[in-house]
Amino acid sequence: MKNKLETLPFKGTPEQKEQLCAIIEEYKDVPGALVQVLKKAQEIYGYLPLEVQIDVAEGLNVPLEEVYGVVTFYSLFSINPKGDYRISVCLGTACYVKGAGDLYDSLQQKLGISGGGCTPDGKFSLEACRCVGACGLAPVITINEDVYGRLTVKDLDDILAKY
Amino acid sequence: MEMKKLIINGKEYSVPNNLTLLEACRTVGVYIPTLCWLKDVNEIGACRICVVEVKGARSLVAACVYPVSELREGSEIFTNSPAVIESRKTTLKLILSVHDRKCLSCVRSGNCELQTLCNEYGIEDEGKFDGTVEKYDIDASASHMIRNNNKCILCRRCSAVCSKLQAVAVIGANERGFKTHIGCAFEADLGDVACVSCGQCINVCPTGALTERDDTDKVFAALNDPTKHVIVQTAPSIRVALGEEFGMPIGTIVTGKMVAALKRLGFDGVFDTNFSADLTIMEEGTEFLNRYLKREKLPLITSCSPGWIKYCEHYHPDMIPNLSSCKSPQGMFGAVAKTYYAEKMGIDPKDIFVVSVMPCTAKKFEAERVDHSAVKGLPDIDAAITTRELARMIKKCGIMFNQLPDEEFDKPFGLGSGAGTIFGATGGVMEAALRTAAIKLLGVELPDVELKEVRGIEGIKEATYNLAGNEIKVAVASGLSNAKKLLESVKSGEKSYDFIEIMACPGGCVNGGGQPIQPASVRNFVDLRAVRGAALYEDDRQLPVRLSHENEDVKAIYDEYFKEPGSHKAHEILHTGYIARPKY
Repeated sequence: MKNKLETLPFKGTPEQKEQLCAIIEEYKDVPGALVQVLKKAQEIYGYLPLEVQIDVAEGLNVPLEEVYGVVTFYSLFSINPKGDYRISVCLGTACYVKGAGDLYDSLQQKLGISGGGCTPDGKFSLEACRCVGACGLAPVITINEDVYGRLTVKDLDDILAKY
Repeated sequence: MEMKKLIINGKEYSVPNNLTLLEACRTVGVYIPTLCWLKDVNEIGACRICVVEVKGARSLVAACVYPVSELREGSEIFTNSPAVIESRKTTLKLILSVHDRKCLSCVRSGNCELQTLCNEYGIEDEGKFDGTVEKYDIDASASHMIRNNNKCILCRRCSAVCSKLQAVAVIGANERGFKTHIGCAFEADLGDVACVSCGQCINVCPTGALTERDDTDKVFAALNDPTKHVIVQTAPSIRVALGEEFGMPIGTIVTGKMVAALKRLGFDGVFDTNFSADLTIMEEGTEFLNRYLKREKLPLITSCSPGWIKYCEHYHPDMIPNLSSCKSPQGMFGAVAKTYYAEKMGIDPKDIFVVSVMPCTAKKFEAERVDHSAVKGLPDIDAAITTRELARMIKKCGIMFNQLPDEEFDKPFGLGSGAGTIFGATGGVMEAALRTAAIKLLGVELPDVELKEVRGIEGIKEATYNLAGNEIKVAVASGLSNAKKLLESVKSGEKSYDFIEIMACPGGCVNGGGQPIQPASVRNFVDLRAVRGAALYEDDRQLPVRLSHENEDVKAIYDEYFKEPGSHKAHEILHTGYIARPKY
């Protein structure tokens, strides 16, 4: 199968695989355990790449497409790893009317990835979020623990350059 | 049967208590439209087209999943009150707001369930809900079909048949909300996943989102090329289905008119795949007895259904040694056309263009298999088109099908036995093979050539025949979820058989992915498998020759060319091999 989505090669370790197998063994006869297993698999690997989804599909005897359908349904799950610096753009109402949509588009362009993705060097990942509780600073983005407010597209280069 | 009194649209009726509200209404002649509902396969109440009003209920209810048993005796139901009509109209407008409305060029125009409903409900082309629309790339990566998600209404009928009937499950709903779309895992193209090309998803698609790859232009180009000798073969199941495209009742046998239409389209030879089905029986029957007597590589599993073959290669590669090495009847026809026929007619095989009309989309994939090439560098089949594509060609050329006289197939591949004709129904290949194996190869008298044990539309059938002291245990499966069950029981050692017939499509080729599309309103209440299949058995009864080995054209090809079934030459031309393919 040609995977049209992932940007980074899979770097799973034998230890991680062993942990995953133990989880699958525990849940393989439990009906409706897919979300549980995926959640635990993501705790092990940090994300859910093709290789991990195939292991889960085979282990639980569920079609891969069903696994992928569930993974893409819940925003909790990610098929791309998180970067060293996780950029979140608030698309809550206040930020959105203040132009957060433009910030989000611009970041996707500057980083060359789409929302939910991670740059090939693993440095930045980008996602949208809903309201960080700083509407007074709208529009807001966060990079790991740092909060940046009252932004325009012009400010982004300087901010990225800090990392 | 327990009955319940309901007042439907002001009239009192007594309806069975064990039905859904939709089915109950249908029993008393009240039709409720649907878009997502497929009986026993997709019962999710998602599209909201079948909503009706139940007096006293808080909101409209989805009739397709609402049990009559939940209603109180004497409940009042309204299936077309103003509230119901308004709700259906709003739903249709919302669906249309994200629908690619290029109806003029759509292959399903006139046969689209969404178009029909919009028309009936007076929905205008431009709607008040028009706004942002997700744009999807058209996926033409598979050799048998085109996926255009811009026309998808997310009814999920396709993914339901793919997983429930076919146990393939390579398509499903990805993402959520506005971004929900039907696709493969990791957004892979259909041509890159373990899709088996059966085309069952196309048959149930209410719109033009899923369509067969149209190869009619290729055929027209060949017909218009004076240097090409263009011949055509028609599979058994075409003759009992093509009539539906021209308004005839389901199950009408139109062999003569079909031949007449093909001759008027300009084919230089119009031949019968029943002939090569008989040829398949000669080869496969011989192969079976050889393996049976040596007790090796049993059970032998039939290889006529290319959807099944692809399924086996992707999902059960360990069973490949059990597959019959015979090409399918389509493949055998192409192979003899470019060898025996070319020699006999004195035509360079390069100049022969072989078209096959098949009830099947997987035949397009089969035609492209590199191992299907009896003459080096040439494909056995140049174009494989479906029943639907043939109907399109006939309509385009202004041939008034219903008024055509009955005409006969051409020589030398014009004769087909009744055994060949029943290839199109589940159990038919088994029955045809056993007739010849018993009578010709083992010298047993069959009291009746009709082997009823392997007939019928059940998913898995079993029988044991005692032929000249040989106890032969057979099984027949149609629909790949049944095939999966059967294979698992064989692999686990729970069951043991000598000979297995598997067809990818439920009910066999009569219900193939290339057959005329019947809307859900018909499909949910008429068993296409049974009605079209019965027509094939009727065709068998009417034919003068009912045994493959008594087909004069088949006898001639062995006398003149192959000498005997299973000969070296037969192996070179009529047999093939398989490869393990990845599941992911």
